[in-house]
Amino acid sequence: MDWVPAVVVFLVGIGLWQGLTTLFDVETFLLPKPSEIAQAFWEDKATLWDYGLYTFKEAAGGFVLGSSLGILTALVLARFRTVGLALMPFAVAANAVPIIAFAPITNNWFGLLNPFSKMAIAAVLCFFPVMVNTLRGLTSVNPRAIELMRSYAAGNASVFRHVRIPSSLPFMFTGLKVAAVLSMIGAIVGEYFGGPTNALGVSILNDTQLFNFPRAWAGIALASAFGIAFYGAVALAERLTTSWHPSTRGFRGE
Amino acid sequence: MRGRGDSVVSIQTLTKSFSTGVTALQDIDLEIAPGEFISLIGPSGCGKSTLLRVIGDLVEPTSGTLRVNGKTAHQARVDHDYGIVFQDAVLYDWRTVQRNVSLPLELLGWDRAKRKERVREMLELVELTGFESSRPWQLSGGMQQRVSIARALSFDPALLLMDEPFGALDEMTRERLNMELLRIWEKSGSTVVFVTHSIPEAVFLSTRVVVMSARPGRIAATIDVDLRQPRGGETREDARFFELVTEVREALAAGHGEAAGGRSSSVEELF
Repeated sequence: MDWVPAVVVFLVGIGLWQGLTTLFDVETFLLPKPSEIAQAFWEDKATLWDYGLYTFKEAAGGFVLGSSLGILTALVLARFRTVGLALMPFAVAANAVPIIAFAPITNNWFGLLNPFSKMAIAAVLCFFPVMVNTLRGLTSVNPRAIELMRSYAAGNASVFRHVRIPSSLPFMFTGLKVAAVLSMIGAIVGEYFGGPTNALGVSILNDTQLFNFPRAWAGIALASAFGIAFYGAVALAERLTTSWHPSTRGFRGE
Repeated sequence: MRGRGDSVVSIQTLTKSFSTGVTALQDIDLEIAPGEFISLIGPSGCGKSTLLRVIGDLVEPTSGTLRVNGKTAHQARVDHDYGIVFQDAVLYDWRTVQRNVSLPLELLGWDRAKRKERVREMLELVELTGFESSRPWQLSGGMQQRVSIARALSFDPALLLMDEPFGALDEMTRERLNMELLRIWEKSGSTVVFVTHSIPEAVFLSTRVVVMSARPGRIAATIDVDLRQPRGGETREDARFFELVTEVREALAAGHGEAAGGRSSSVEELF
């Protein structure tokens, strides 16, 4: 029953929004009422849902691509320290690149209508948090645990398999949860610089230009819902694979 | 009796200096016969943990010779001659109790049936039958340490190295585990090197207490513990027990370890 407070806060928030926009007669183009947004969604639910699904596929593709690369890189960096020292500054620098500025370029590289141009943006966004967190997990292992493995004359591969990788999982999932949310944002950002008309980002942009703000808000809400659901799915996967970890027992707040 | 040929551990003029310039161990000579229970005791910074690590091939000595079962320490490690127990039980949270105990056996390539049988025996030995499927964090500190001991003994190592294994436990648990360790030691017949801060613990457990002094770490005295075996609760009330405790305490004071304590040579020496 620990979800009850959150639901109450959500409902109270929506209620206040509805009440205050009605009370002060706020113009729809400034801030639509929740009821107007819900209505806009309902009238066009099949279309919006399809748009959302299309964008979500881009996000998921980018998530898989960026996260896999992030995990792989972390493994290499953890295994070969010198490679790590040589590459880490570039990884940090890559993370500092304003990714929005890159969207028109990936569109140019892969084609405006090619979903891969959006996946690339999402992948770049996902890469860093997954890489950094996984690397942290792989390297911040109790040194005694490593010594114990050494005393069994275990090789590096065994140490990775039996100690480093399992103990990095909680860290890796922290990165993956951040990446899940970022991937949806990345896909939408990519679509803002052009994409097929059946993409959610393009739809939101078009709606704002046509002053159809309730529908734009409905699109934004849907994008958030997909992001939250994606986060939830990754959190569930974490619960299932790392049920042994202290963070997944006792207090269950994330 | 403690001839070089049949020693489990044979150390001559062993020295260990760290790159920081600290001499952790200087001119250590020590022979350990099969079946002995040796305690290393001394103030923080006397290098007792370092000596244990050198014996276990976790730290390289700077000079001197070290033989374990007539082999180099490296060869002994490759041959799985060491069972190690640290102060922290170092159990793997993602494995159940029985899979923690069986990890070294998996690495040794034992088949499933043989592993299962041995794990059952070991958990019986440390009296944890019934906790096979528990997670390490569901156990008390003392129980975790018993799992750690079961794991260290699972593959029958020639030498059991224990680095303050009961240092983090409360006094009552510690005394109980002392008794259990003696029982296990008698049953398994293994040779034990045991690092401790506690004088009564060292006297109660050991056949010999090696008293070390700090900066540089060296052996100040070696005291034979001639208490009757098997030992039990009444041993702690034996007059001879108190004499030996006093003897060790005086040896520690003579090595003026307490006065020279201060800065320790490495973090793991800090208790």
